[in-house]
Amino acid sequence: MSAPAMVGRRSFIRTSAAVGGGLVVGWYAPRIGGPGGAVSAAEKDFAMNAFVRIGTDETVTVVAAHSEMGQGVYTSLPMLLNEELQADWSKIRVEAAPVDKVYNHPVFGIQMTGGSTTSPAEWERYRKMGAVARMMLVEAAAKQWNVDPTTCDVKDGVVLHGKSGKRATYGSLANAASQLQPPVSVPLKDRKAFTVIGKSTRRLDTPSKTNGTAQFGLDVNIPGMLTAVVLRPPVFGGTVKTLDASEALKIAGVKAVEKVPSGVAVIATGFWPAKLGRDKLKVEWDLGANAGISTEQMLRDFSETSKKPGAVAKKTGDPAAALQSAAKTITAEYDVPYLAHAMMEPLNCVVDLREGSCEIWTGTQFETVDRAAAAKTAGLDPEKVKLNTTLLGGGFGRRANPASDFVVEAVQVAKVAKAPVKVVWTREDDLKGGWYRPMWHDRFAAGLDASGEPVAWTHTIVGQSIMQGTLFESFTIKDGVDSTSVEGAADLIYGFPNLQVDLHSPKIGVPVQWWRSVGHSHTGFSVEAFLDEVAHAGGKDPYELRRKLLVNQPRMLAVLDLAAKKANWGSKLALGVGRGIAAHFSFDSYVAQVIEASVGKNGEVRVHRVVCALDCGTVINPDTVRAQMEGGIIFGLTAALKTEITLKDGRVEQNNFHDYQMLRLFESPEIEVYMVPSTENPTGVGEPGVPCVAPALVNAIFAATGKRVRRLPIRVSELA
Amino acid sequence: MTSFFLNGKAVQVDVDPATPLLWVLRDSLASTGTKFGCGMALCGACTVHLDGKAIRSCVAPLSRVAGKKVTTIEGLSDNLTHPLQKAWIEVDVPQCGYCQSGQIMSAAVLLAENSKPTDKDIDEAMSGNICRCGTYPRIRKAIHRAAELAGERRAK
Repeated sequence: MSAPAMVGRRSFIRTSAAVGGGLVVGWYAPRIGGPGGAVSAAEKDFAMNAFVRIGTDETVTVVAAHSEMGQGVYTSLPMLLNEELQADWSKIRVEAAPVDKVYNHPVFGIQMTGGSTTSPAEWERYRKMGAVARMMLVEAAAKQWNVDPTTCDVKDGVVLHGKSGKRATYGSLANAASQLQPPVSVPLKDRKAFTVIGKSTRRLDTPSKTNGTAQFGLDVNIPGMLTAVVLRPPVFGGTVKTLDASEALKIAGVKAVEKVPSGVAVIATGFWPAKLGRDKLKVEWDLGANAGISTEQMLRDFSETSKKPGAVAKKTGDPAAALQSAAKTITAEYDVPYLAHAMMEPLNCVVDLREGSCEIWTGTQFETVDRAAAAKTAGLDPEKVKLNTTLLGGGFGRRANPASDFVVEAVQVAKVAKAPVKVVWTREDDLKGGWYRPMWHDRFAAGLDASGEPVAWTHTIVGQSIMQGTLFESFTIKDGVDSTSVEGAADLIYGFPNLQVDLHSPKIGVPVQWWRSVGHSHTGFSVEAFLDEVAHAGGKDPYELRRKLLVNQPRMLAVLDLAAKKANWGSKLALGVGRGIAAHFSFDSYVAQVIEASVGKNGEVRVHRVVCALDCGTVINPDTVRAQMEGGIIFGLTAALKTEITLKDGRVEQNNFHDYQMLRLFESPEIEVYMVPSTENPTGVGEPGVPCVAPALVNAIFAATGKRVRRLPIRVSELA
Repeated sequence: MTSFFLNGKAVQVDVDPATPLLWVLRDSLASTGTKFGCGMALCGACTVHLDGKAIRSCVAPLSRVAGKKVTTIEGLSDNLTHPLQKAWIEVDVPQCGYCQSGQIMSAAVLLAENSKPTDKDIDEAMSGNICRCGTYPRIRKAIHRAAELAGERRAK
């Protein structure tokens, strides 16, 4: 046991012997209000909170404070740590962190994964953890050999002493190292000396994802566990009026049918009997206040609302006067629908609720919030709830639910099941379950001067607030403006001298949530498509106009130029093929895309090629960045071409993948990804690939056909 | 009681023979590599082999497999030695990984029947499998690579 070294104002690096031998390096956050240096956590607790454990068997276990949902953090976090530790990469293992405030997101202050922030937020912390461990292992070796630590070197998990030729493995030094004081100052390598960061590294989780051994939440099986499905109301906010479970209870394997706050739970020996039982339920619903919701009506209402001024999110110059005096003005309205996240692994949660304790297994992006919500539901202190984060079969934001809906419901089911229970959502439950990307309406006006240059730009946004009612509300909503509704619009990077962005946030009884790229998923589309209209209205090339407007944005300009160059912007294309361009800044990253597309006789869109350039600061794992762009582009194409959630009489009209269709392999275009080299700190990668896709595509369709698409998804009927 | 062969071993299960094979595998036999995605044969996450042909286990009743040979992702190889597994690792195909068992099982039938598939062959064989993470470009690349690896193996 050793004293803490102060590495930040409030945080201390702690080291200790591991249970069963070895070295543990972790981070200790003193209790707020506690005396600065008085570390009172028990050693055992501390070991639970480690960031890295070095075993006497040479195993290096990296504890991931963020969830793996496909974005590759179970590889990039170990890469950061090992840049400094320099262990043998083949000895590295990863495990999910338990819930503890030491694993809180360094920026958001809760344990979570989202906002494309894992690499930016952990850029320093994981490297420091690796450095502390390495320094202590070296010191242990130097002591044993009676040499100066600065004369020792490390390589692939071995400490070496050049002069004497002595060598010792990390595992053999781990116990001795655990008895030492941690270093007071922890210098990090200069980036020029990086040997891990910036090198494409195969993902550590791939083998387990090719032989069926990867454990997702749905794969958890604990002794005595039952399975439940829940019949939820056909309209959001509906409640059970009458329930007749008699037929359901006749199904072999059905153990119980119980009302829960979210509907009716059918609890059975497995999924299939539970589902058969649910099919037999006879429920009369009180539909509540939302039975009149119609997205067709909302489209009309949003358009009307957008004619009125809203809460001002941004105002520069005098846009009204500039519009009035402009040589030419153009206006347009854009619409995007509600969208479901549709992760391939439907939502699920396993709960083992006991007297005085509760254990949960689920794939979540929101550990702190889920544990607190589960504890409240169970009537326990959060410390009595153990939450195990499994691999996530996709997240895209849905598994960071502000109400912890799928976790709270599972605890409620566990209360009535009186046995460990796994609640499973079907695909239909998932698509009809709400928490969608909001519907948004974007109304624009632009004024052009006599030479066709844009001099005024106004943008009125209508859409539900995502942040309202969440724990992020206090710092995301100001003066009636939810910053996530207007991101990518109010912080427009184009240099318009006269700009206004305002916002209407209607309250509608359809739960909404962040969805991969959040507000950028509508502003990226509408701003970049309308800018294309402005370029054409002024007789400008859309690429050249953007270049001109980005004169004070060197990083975006470089990205735009790289995309245009790689796509041979301006070169001749095959007959019928059009090229579209878009650029968008989101999650602190700069992205530009050029899409080549054509439209068939019946209006069917074919996407031939997508060229993507980005600047995301320092790249940790280049192949992962490429993968995230490829995935983001396909995600964006699905939204552009395929999906919408619509409601009629308050009921969601979509059911499964036949009427909520995903892009498939045969429709998947050639994708090229190019990165601008950078020495800036890392920025977001998981989401920034999405926003440019839809605008680049509709701009390409315009180039190919002269038809302007202003509503997503793109409708074949409008292009035939 | 229904009997069939799962990855080469005889198994017996005592559940309603109308139960989809997917849930027999997952809930009765603790074989969870085969995934649930849609329950309507729309996404391919549950793809397994029945006597060497790809089927969607979410809509295949247990009675259909009685006495037959079922292969799941767990039975594709020992120690990740199938050319598809090698190629999947080499190309780093998976992201979240949830759909990949089904992708690989669909690709395995394609490769067994067509040692050198074209892009068009891959389009046809693989378009029943959805990947929400968008790993399609890598799936295509990895199938071509697996065909090469399988060819090398045969040549040895």
